[in-house]
Order: sequence, then structure tokens, then C-alpha cells
Amino acid sequence: MVQDKSIGERLWAIAIWALVIFFIVNVIATIAAVAVDSFGTRWFNSWLPVAFTTHWYKSAWDEFQLRDVLIVTFEVVGAVVLLSGLLGVPAAYALARRNFPGKPLIIVLFLLPMMIPPITFGIPLATVLYQAHLGGNMSGVILANLVPTVPFVVLVMIPFIEQIDPRIEAAARVFGAGTGRLFMHVLVPLLTPGILAALLLVLVRTIAMFELTFFTAGPDSQTLVVTLYYAVGSAGVRSNQSIDAMAVIYMITTLVWLLLALKFVDPTQIVTRVKREAAH
Amino acid sequence: MTDRAIGAAAPERPPLRIRLALRDLDGVTLLAVPAVLFVLALFVYPFLYGLILSFEPKAGGWLANYRKFFSEPFLYDTVWTTFRLAVPATLINVFLSIPVAMRVRRLQRRRVLTTILVVPITLGTVLIAEGLLTYLGPQGWFNRTLALFGIGQVRLVHNYMGVMLSLIMSGFPFTFLLTLSYVTGIDPSLEQAASTLGAPPRARFWHIIMPLLAQGLAINLCLSFVQTFSVFPSAVLLGAPAGETRVISIAAYQAAYEQYDYSMASAVAMIMGFAQLFVILLILAGRNLLYRGAVGGGKG
Repeated sequence: MVQDKSIGERLWAIAIWALVIFFIVNVIATIAAVAVDSFGTRWFNSWLPVAFTTHWYKSAWDEFQLRDVLIVTFEVVGAVVLLSGLLGVPAAYALARRNFPGKPLIIVLFLLPMMIPPITFGIPLATVLYQAHLGGNMSGVILANLVPTVPFVVLVMIPFIEQIDPRIEAAARVFGAGTGRLFMHVLVPLLTPGILAALLLVLVRTIAMFELTFFTAGPDSQTLVVTLYYAVGSAGVRSNQSIDAMAVIYMITTLVWLLLALKFVDPTQIVTRVKREAAH
Repeated sequence: MTDRAIGAAAPERPPLRIRLALRDLDGVTLLAVPAVLFVLALFVYPFLYGLILSFEPKAGGWLANYRKFFSEPFLYDTVWTTFRLAVPATLINVFLSIPVAMRVRRLQRRRVLTTILVVPITLGTVLIAEGLLTYLGPQGWFNRTLALFGIGQVRLVHNYMGVMLSLIMSGFPFTFLLTLSYVTGIDPSLEQAASTLGAPPRARFWHIIMPLLAQGLAINLCLSFVQTFSVFPSAVLLGAPAGETRVISIAAYQAAYEQYDYSMASAVAMIMGFAQLFVILLILAGRNLLYRGAVGGGKG
């Protein structure tokens, strides 16, 4: 649309692109450093490790009991995905189709847990969960993780539901379908892409959700990211390469789901969801 | 009107069910109830509980926790330490994101770039901290590259700089993607019109783009400030958690999980929340001072 003309503008454009490239190079190098270290035998005082090996993966697997940690992680994530779908989608349907008094207030109620950082509300939440004897075990971790994900599903699903023609539902109602059958036979099939996108994003966010899991997990209910945090914190005790091997396993479990999620959503949507709703 | 009793009480009012349905309160509305109850029980209630708990200290009067926080330098210094990290990181992230987003919006294949940038957001701060420990460390690639240019070793981990760099690495992609969505939402014909009328790029930016961006910029500043203000894992792993990066979340964590003083921990969490609220109100007030008027042209 607008062509750059003056030398000053051209220099400015070059400077901006140089900045972008510098940033991306650093991001890639940071991630690559973890991956290279996890395959290296000894890495000190040189650009690359002396030799390469895969034995750190086996030692990390045993040392951090990754089998158990991965089972816990997927149990937590699975429960969070399922429950946030079951709670979030019907609520989104009600908010998309009905304009009842007090609806803006409900929207704000759903916005707050997404906008307030988990550190701020995590400690009071953990206190309440521990008092209810739900802290330090799986159910506490699942409940805590649901706090930001239920509102997330609601807010992601509202625009998806709004774009479905209400006459389709009216037709189903005319033929005698109740709300339950309407959901099973009309809405869920039509909403599958939206639900899938929302739940995949919930999945990715829950795997990476550190703070809430950290505050509520006991020794048997740590997810992968919390185990990684403890390992990095005790770097003197554990060998760095096996910590990095665990970090690579963590990256793979996160990025596989991210790639899948990106088939359904645009990357910008991952952050702009908050804004869309906030603007109303 | 068959039942005399009901007819007498409300001669012309339709039944409650109908009246509620007219206000869009019916069976479908009830579908929102479980989610609303969940958020009330696990978000609103804990918050109020924490607020009340913070006024019920282990010892002393009802304000003892707050008095303790603001009288011990070990505690109140954390507020300053956190601001010292959060304010520069937020300003760098948000204000760098504007010129970059202005360039990137003209790009045809934006998706490649946005996909690369979404990776650090997804991986999270713990992994970024572990990566930066190796990458920025004394024997890491960054210092080796500097050495190639004849620059001596720079200490970038276990201090203020380490935490700052991790805040930029995980925060910039977020602010950038947010700014990009605002910038691409601005109708290009507005700028074309200004261009036709002879406005140079600089004038177009300051008089067309910036006023339309003000709203989004304010939200972006709020969100990234709140995120950087609650920095925790990278302040512990990449910083000096006993010294120059002892941020307020570390104080809250230690009160809860090392001293088991949940009342004090709640007080620190409340102070953290109020500090965030204070800055958000400040940003929103600043936006109103700088720009007042209709915000149109955005797709939001």
C-alpha cells in the first residue's frame, strides 16, 4: 500500500527487521541450547559438546520417575479438558443465545480469572483447597487448574455459538427435540471445530500451567512442569544434562499439542481472545 | 384467571415463568449456572476468604499483617523490586511491539512469524528460564558470540538482567501478537485517505494510527504489566531470589509454604493484587488524559 521512500525510513525498516531477527535467533538458540545439552556427553568451554549420547534420557526417565509424572500430567490434563468442556460449553450457549439482565456482570465474572495472574489468586485458592482437604492431591490440582480454563472455554465458545443460525435450533425444537437432544444431535456436531480448538488450547495451557499446580500439588500429584521447576531449582544436585533431557520431553509434549491446535486456530487468537471480549 | 387466589394477588400479571422468559431467563439460561457457581466457589470465594483471612493475623490486631509488611524492609522492599522489573519490562515489550507490528502487518505470510512467536508463550516461563540458564551462562553461546567480537564476559544469569531478559523473551511475543491484532483491525482506508491528502508516514502514524490504537494499547499495557508484576519461576531460577530479584510473589510464597502463615501470605497476595489494580487504574486514567473521543475503526 505505502512504499518506503526516504533513506531514513528505509534504515528504520532495516532496524526493525534486524530487531525481529535478533529476537527470533535468541529464542531459537535458547531452545536449541536445551536440546543440544540433553544429547551431549560433556559440554564445557566449547561451542558444542565433546560427543553425543542419548543416555541422559534414560537417566532422566529413572531419576525423575517420569513415567509416573507423565501419567499424573495426562490424568490432570484429561480431567481439566473434559470438565472445562462440560462446564464451559453449556454456559457459553446460554450466554450466546440469551440476553438476560446481569449478563455483562457474568461476562466480567468470567473475564477476571483469565486476566488476574494465577500467582495473585493462587495462594488464597490453595488455602481454601487445603482447608477443604483438597490440597496436595490430584483433585485439588484439577480444581485449581479449572479456575482459568472454564472461563476460557466460555469466552472462546461464545462467538462460535453466535455464528450458528438460531433457526436450525428452532427447527429442531419444532420437531420436538428437548435441550438435551438439541445439544447431542444439532449443536455438538456443528460446534465440533470450535470445541476442539478451545479444548486443545486448554490442553496446551494446562500442561504449561506452572503456578496453580505448584501451589496445590503434593508429592504424588506433580505435573511435568512442576517437576521440571524443582529439578532446575536443584541444579547443583542433579546433572544438568538429565534436567535438559526432561525439558526436551516437556517441550515435545507441549509442542505436539500446540501444532495440532494451530490446525484449528490462528496463532494470534491464542492471545487476542481476552481482548475481543474485553473490548465489549 | 381460574384460580381466585392467584387472580386476586396479581390480577393482570402473567405467571412467573412467562415473566422470566420474557426477560430471557428460562431453561437455557440455567445452563450457565454450573459454570457461574464454579467461578463463584473457586475464584470469588477464595479471594474474599483471603481478604478476610489477611485481617485475622496469627498475633496482634487486625492490621498486624499489613503493619508488619510495611515496617520490615525485607518485606516492603519486594514491592519496589517488583516494580523495578515489571515497569521497564512492560514498557520495552509494549513500545517495541508497535513499530514491529506496523511492519509485520504488511507482510503477506504473517503466519510463519506468528507461529514462531507463539512457541515461547506456549513453553512457559520455567522452560525459558532453564534454556536461558544455559544459553546466557558464562560458557553459553551468547557469551561465546560476544567473545568473537572481542567483548568480555557479561554476567547475565542469577541477577536482575537474567530475569529482565526472560520477561522480555516470554512477554514480548504476547504483547506483539496483541498489538498486531489491534493494528490489523484498523481500517487501511483511513490511512489511505490521509495519504491522499498528503500526510507523510510520520503524521499518519501519530494522527491516525495512535489515536485508534490508544484503547488497545492501554489494555495491552494493563495485561503485560499484570503478568510481569507476578513474575515467579524466572525470578527464582534465573535471578537472585534472596537479593536483587526478591519479588513480591517470592515473599507471598515464603509466607505460605515456608512459614505456614496463611494469614500473612493472604495479606501479601492482597497487597500484590492492589498494586496491580492501582497501576491498571493509573494506565486507564492516563489513556483518558491523552485521548478522549470515539474509538472507531477497530474491528474489536
